[in-house]
Amino acid sequence: MAHGPKPGFTRWLYTTNHKDIGSMYLWFSFAMFLLGGCMALVIRAELFQPGLQIVQPDFFNQMTTMHGLIMVFGAVMPAFVGLANWMVPMMIGAPDMALPRMNNWSFWILPFAFAMLASTLFMEGGAPNFGWTFYAPLSTEYAPPSVTFFIFAIHIMGASSIMGAINIVATILNMRAPGMTLMKMPLFVWTWLITAYLLIAVMPVLAGVVTMMLMDIHFGTSFFSAAGGGDPVLFQHVFWFFGHPEVYIMILPAFGIVSAIIPTFARKPLFGYSSMVYATASIAFLSFIVWAHHMFTVGMPIAGELFFMYATMLIAVPTGVKVFNWVTTMFRGSMTFETPMLFSIAFVILFTLGGFSGLMLAIAPADFQYHDTYFVVAHFHYVLVPGAIFSITAGVYYWLPKWTGNMYNETMGKVHFWMAFVGLNVTFFPMHFVGLAGMPRRIPDYALQFADFNQIASVGAFLFGAAQIVFLFNVIRTVKGGKKATDEVWENPEGLEWSVPSPAPYHTFSTPPVVR
Amino acid sequence: MATESSYYVPEQSRLPIFATIGIFLTAFGAATWINGGSSYIFFAGALSMATVLWFWFAAVIKENMQGLNSDQLKRSYVWGMGWFIFSEVMFFAAFFGALYYIRTFSLPWLGGEGDRGSSNMLWEGFQNTWPLMVTPEQAVSGEAAKVVGPKGIIDPWHLPLLNTVLLLASSVTVHIAHVYLKKDKRQAFNLWLGATVALGIAFLFFQVEEYLEAYQQLGLTLESGIYGTTFFMLTGFHGAHVTLGTIMLLIMLLRSVIAHHFKPDDHFGFEAASWYWHFVDVVWVGLFIFVYVLGA
Ligand code: HEM
Ligand SMILES: [Cu+2]
Repeated sequence: MAHGPKPGFTRWLYTTNHKDIGSMYLWFSFAMFLLGGCMALVIRAELFQPGLQIVQPDFFNQMTTMHGLIMVFGAVMPAFVGLANWMVPMMIGAPDMALPRMNNWSFWILPFAFAMLASTLFMEGGAPNFGWTFYAPLSTEYAPPSVTFFIFAIHIMGASSIMGAINIVATILNMRAPGMTLMKMPLFVWTWLITAYLLIAVMPVLAGVVTMMLMDIHFGTSFFSAAGGGDPVLFQHVFWFFGHPEVYIMILPAFGIVSAIIPTFARKPLFGYSSMVYATASIAFLSFIVWAHHMFTVGMPIAGELFFMYATMLIAVPTGVKVFNWVTTMFRGSMTFETPMLFSIAFVILFTLGGFSGLMLAIAPADFQYHDTYFVVAHFHYVLVPGAIFSITAGVYYWLPKWTGNMYNETMGKVHFWMAFVGLNVTFFPMHFVGLAGMPRRIPDYALQFADFNQIASVGAFLFGAAQIVFLFNVIRTVKGGKKATDEVWENPEGLEWSVPSPAPYHTFSTPPVVR
Repeated sequence: MATESSYYVPEQSRLPIFATIGIFLTAFGAATWINGGSSYIFFAGALSMATVLWFWFAAVIKENMQGLNSDQLKRSYVWGMGWFIFSEVMFFAAFFGALYYIRTFSLPWLGGEGDRGSSNMLWEGFQNTWPLMVTPEQAVSGEAAKVVGPKGIIDPWHLPLLNTVLLLASSVTVHIAHVYLKKDKRQAFNLWLGATVALGIAFLFFQVEEYLEAYQQLGLTLESGIYGTTFFMLTGFHGAHVTLGTIMLLIMLLRSVIAHHFKPDDHFGFEAASWYWHFVDVVWVGLFIFVYVLGA
């Protein structure tokens, strides 16, 4: 067996190595993050002032749609899969992923799928313009012709996700080193196991809903058309049955990452490990029975409104358990504030803020006021940006020395953090206010009284964007060289990944490690 | 590095990147074709996909026969197939769920029932029935309607009942085949597996018969409102899965007859195909009950 990577470009095309594939996922995700970010900046530039300045309304709609799709499916999800590829085998003492060739396939589908999705921007009639939630009939009867390409792009992305998830399940359940019992697994592994189940359960439903669209558009079926006895609201039910678990797909691995980082820098073991596991499992279960909180205003029977309202609020309980555990882990710890820790602490605080606005939205009668306003935009950006994105960033800083063998530049890391932290709050905090005041989401123009807050938000967005350049620069510098990292990297961190050299050898374990 | 390694990690492989190109061409080609372009890309994609899969499975089989597959890897294949089938279950669940929602909630509301019944004002005179023979559009526009309900529907107690018997029987025969394989009775294994394939083909034959009847005599088509939509989408996807399952079993049969593959204690390829077949069977039972019997 070869012990190092093969030379040349084909290494990346033919590789079966979890580290190679993990790196490709992460770089791909970052590229998509920049692309989706540029689209966000187009949106924010247009919204800097009321009135139409830069783009036409239809192109504006294409930007909001593509921004959402690219960030969700291209940036956040692949980043977590990349981290899983790198870390899960190392954390459980496995030689590699369970099904290495399929692993490569799962990755390489993504660049092709996104090339196809992005190419719709240049097609006649333009790219999809119906929002990332692609509600029918906007996405069926009134859709641009490129919707067909969008549908098939979603199909192959879904195939990639399902294969990736199956691989992770097989790896975790089947490849653990002797002695690595389930309740000894690091939380990142636990959260990914549960996430993988969510993926396997809901990606096929997404495939189902785009198939229904395809049939309605091209083959005369009536799923979403009342004229034939169907119902456009059916679309929303099927979509959100996928969509709500999907938002947890984007946050559960984040929980795992922070649960790894906070103990290291608080120099205390994680408080309440098993309650973390059970909380994660409860969140995953509950995520299947809350989907219609996105649909309070479609006209559901009162029993439905009440059920989905209370079920949604119930999720706050296990989520609260988690926040409590992180805070308690830090309590009286001897804390230091390296970059990964800064991002993690910001995660805990700001994600909680997003949870609070979520609770407000969960109150059905109140949601009648908030729905489809910038308040919702503020809510989900608070859970996704300082939530998902910050956790990914924290994870990259935390494990980068293990991957490359070099320490990143701490000062630059801190600069990145503060720029991102300030930038995101300046961007998204004012959105709460304009939302409560009634500014609708997904519009290129707005009433004058919203102008001040929008201007502030746009400035913040460009600051946040600039922060990512610092990040990119820091990562490239670290990959190229820098101060050598020790094998442990941090002070007494927990986990098998710190027991191997830095950089981690191409094949981590050729014989199973000993787990105490 | 350790000379004795207890883990097997496959070498680099060209298969996945070719499979990627195959799946991409298939998807891109399908979209191009459906949007009114040429069908060449689609067929090129489908062909390359099939070719890659052929080589991929051949590689896996070869590795197994060379004894490269550890018990651990074999378990991974088992997990993989199991969860793949679960994902298929969820795909069907979306369509069954749609049927349930339409029948229990949205159609009654369209017909004026309950506190959401006000939508009936848009479709005055529409009556909720199942099977839905008169669409809301017909109720409002009469002759001018574009979406027209079916004239008749499939009687569950003829072809569908026959198909139920065929498919249930095939689940039994494939199980018997498995038992014989485990007892190393090659001849009997081939025979019962052959019978299973034959039953699968018979099922498909009658399914086509049924579709012809629906299209030609009953005016029941994909386009005949929500009844036709749910009917054809559910039975159609099931039919596609039966086709795939039959092909899988046929390949297993050929592997056994021609190449003498499978050992009494090592035959996951066959077992995976048979699991798939049982899954297809269970879906059919759901279809028979919820689409045919309760839909009539
Ligand atoms: C305490 C937990 C949470 C609660 C109670 C909650 C509740 C809600 C509610 C009720 C809405 C619908 C608002 C409306 O459209 O009127 C919503 C929207 C949304 N939430 Fe949450 N949420 C929570 C956590 C999360 C998390 C963790 C994420 C993702 C990481 C998330 C992502 C989203 C997204 C993306 C939307 C908007 C979807 C759209 O319409 O485009 N939420 N949330
Ligand atoms: Cu939700």
